[in-house]
Amino acid sequence: MAKIAFREAIRQAIEEEMRRDDSVLLMGEEVAQYNGAYKVTQGLLETFGSKRVIDTPITEEGFTGMGIGAAMAGLRPIVEWMTFNFSLMAIDQVISNAAKTRYMSGGQFKIPMVIRGPNGPAEFLASQHSQALQSFYAHIPGLKVVAPSTPYDAKGLLKSAIRDDNPVIFLEAELMYSWEGEVPAEEYLIDLDKADVKRAGKDVTLIAHSKPVRMMLQAAEKLAEEGIEAEVIDLRSLRPIDTETIYKSVRKTNRCVVVDEAWPVASVGSHIGFLVGRDCFDYLDAPVQLVSGEDVPMPYNHRLELAAQPSVEKVVRAAKSVLYVD
Amino acid sequence: MTDTKQKTALYKRMLLIRRFEEKAAQMYGLRKIGGFCHLYIGQEAVATGAIGALDLKRDYIVAAYRDHGHALASGMDPKAVMAELYGKVTGCSKGKGGSMHMFDIEKHMFGGNGIVGSQIPVATGVGLKIRYREEDGVVLCFFGDGAIHQGAFHESLNLAKIYGLPVVYICENNQYGMGTDFRRVSAVDDFSVMAASYGIEGRQIDGMDVITVHENVKEIVEKARTEHLPSLLEIKTYRYKGHSMSDPAKYRTREELEDYKERDPILILKKGLLEDGVQASDLEAWDKEAKKLSEEAASFAEESPEPEIEALYSDILA
Ligand SMILES: Cc1ncc(C[n+]2csc(CCOP(=O)(O)OP(=O)(O)O)c2C)c(N)n1
Repeated sequence: MAKIAFREAIRQAIEEEMRRDDSVLLMGEEVAQYNGAYKVTQGLLETFGSKRVIDTPITEEGFTGMGIGAAMAGLRPIVEWMTFNFSLMAIDQVISNAAKTRYMSGGQFKIPMVIRGPNGPAEFLASQHSQALQSFYAHIPGLKVVAPSTPYDAKGLLKSAIRDDNPVIFLEAELMYSWEGEVPAEEYLIDLDKADVKRAGKDVTLIAHSKPVRMMLQAAEKLAEEGIEAEVIDLRSLRPIDTETIYKSVRKTNRCVVVDEAWPVASVGSHIGFLVGRDCFDYLDAPVQLVSGEDVPMPYNHRLELAAQPSVEKVVRAAKSVLYVD
Repeated sequence: MTDTKQKTALYKRMLLIRRFEEKAAQMYGLRKIGGFCHLYIGQEAVATGAIGALDLKRDYIVAAYRDHGHALASGMDPKAVMAELYGKVTGCSKGKGGSMHMFDIEKHMFGGNGIVGSQIPVATGVGLKIRYREEDGVVLCFFGDGAIHQGAFHESLNLAKIYGLPVVYICENNQYGMGTDFRRVSAVDDFSVMAASYGIEGRQIDGMDVITVHENVKEIVEKARTEHLPSLLEIKTYRYKGHSMSDPAKYRTREELEDYKERDPILILKKGLLEDGVQASDLEAWDKEAKKLSEEAASFAEESPEPEIEALYSDILA
């Protein structure tokens, strides 16, 4: 199997779907002539032309809403946000229109669109440009929210997202674009509503999504050195959340640590903590732990910046605390 | 030129909107209808004249929250519109949208949007679809004078120009955004000049005269169809009622209101029709018909069932 970068996996997904279906088009800032700010869309303009790969001005609200209208009218736009940091300019369009139009129209309209781009902490960018905003989107009924953690998942999930008839928010972590992983040559799709057990174990369940999944796998290695077998669950989908996979694991391990780069208040991580607490109460041998971003804007200083984020050490410590060791 | 037959059609539409909303106001008073209810009375010539210039097989409408008039002008069933006001399952949006969210996909009526200015980018996207599919449709995008200062408006005009989208942006300047006189919050008092910033055509039009609206929009729609270019119309109009049912409209004078009522769009066209030789008895009969349709809509809404409680969780995802 070929090893390709995360960005290449996303590009392949877009290219394959654009070839398959001429109602799929791509728009966003710098996606065409510049080949994408993070080079995700490299070569797509050349392949599909400016009718289907559209450079937009810096108008997040305008072009996001334009994608929604195009989707209402029957196209399948992929809207790229240069980063999720700027999606806050477009959040009215996402909440008020993408997520609600179906409901408000009594089911008359479908909004088959994908809105994607890099999310999450970066490096040395300070608080406006380095933040994990998934809680904002996961909060909203009417959206699907997907956050892959490997190139393989990214490609399969994005292809499914493009084919889905709903607005899908697709979160790519800014620091993951160069991560490599195996991706088969033949076509495959991954369900948008299923979590994935990335490592099996019996002693403690570690749950995360997107970039921290790799961190959890590293933490699991460390724990294994001490004889602790952690089960690692990659949510893949933040809305809906595959509680079945989570509960099955927690009922087996009886212990749970949730990892989420976002702020801890009203986050996906805190919600999962609640769900597990409520539905696995009788199986839990310790309270659920949450390893989140610190409840502060992201500092510029690198030392502080690292301290503000989840780390392998923090995950190991949390796992041990729910196991009551050390 | 608009002939008598077309004038008659416009007249009947305006009457229906007027009578329908009078009925809605009455039912609101009886608490059959709840929530916000923004009446369009006084502005009928705008939606009627403009939408009357469309071919809804290929053209589209996107409106704001003051949308009953646009819904009816698009040919939506008054029963479905009234039932929506009642929140009944027979409503055009199955009772899930209410006053501000009238949708009819068949009639190419794409809402009804409760956020000021939020529909403007959406309409632009419908225009994108038309260009993408190389169709010859046109989108009419309606919004108020309160929306024209939103970034979304300016972003959209620019987008529509650079991509050559056939969207006619229609600012229905009824002169007030809730209690704010537009002159207090607008850098210019002729909005059509804003078109110049985007290198597109702008026109200011008298919105109390349905024929003027109709002919201008027809012309501009034809241009959009063939030249694939956006344009901006400021249609000057007036709302007789408050912003919503809870607004006594104390921010304007009685004289001002009376002044506009003298130029009532229905009255003006009535005169025109009489001059064309239409019989007064016919006018009478059409008014009766409009009242009857409104009555029937209300009875239909009244008798329609509430949505099942299970509907709470339907239509969230496709
Ligand atoms: C973004 C936003 N801000 C504020 C409001 C509250 N609001 C509802 S209607 C309105 C006035 C809008 O006036 P205008 O656009 O002129 O439309 P009109 O009511 O005159 O038809 C305001 C401020 C809103 N719905 N959305």
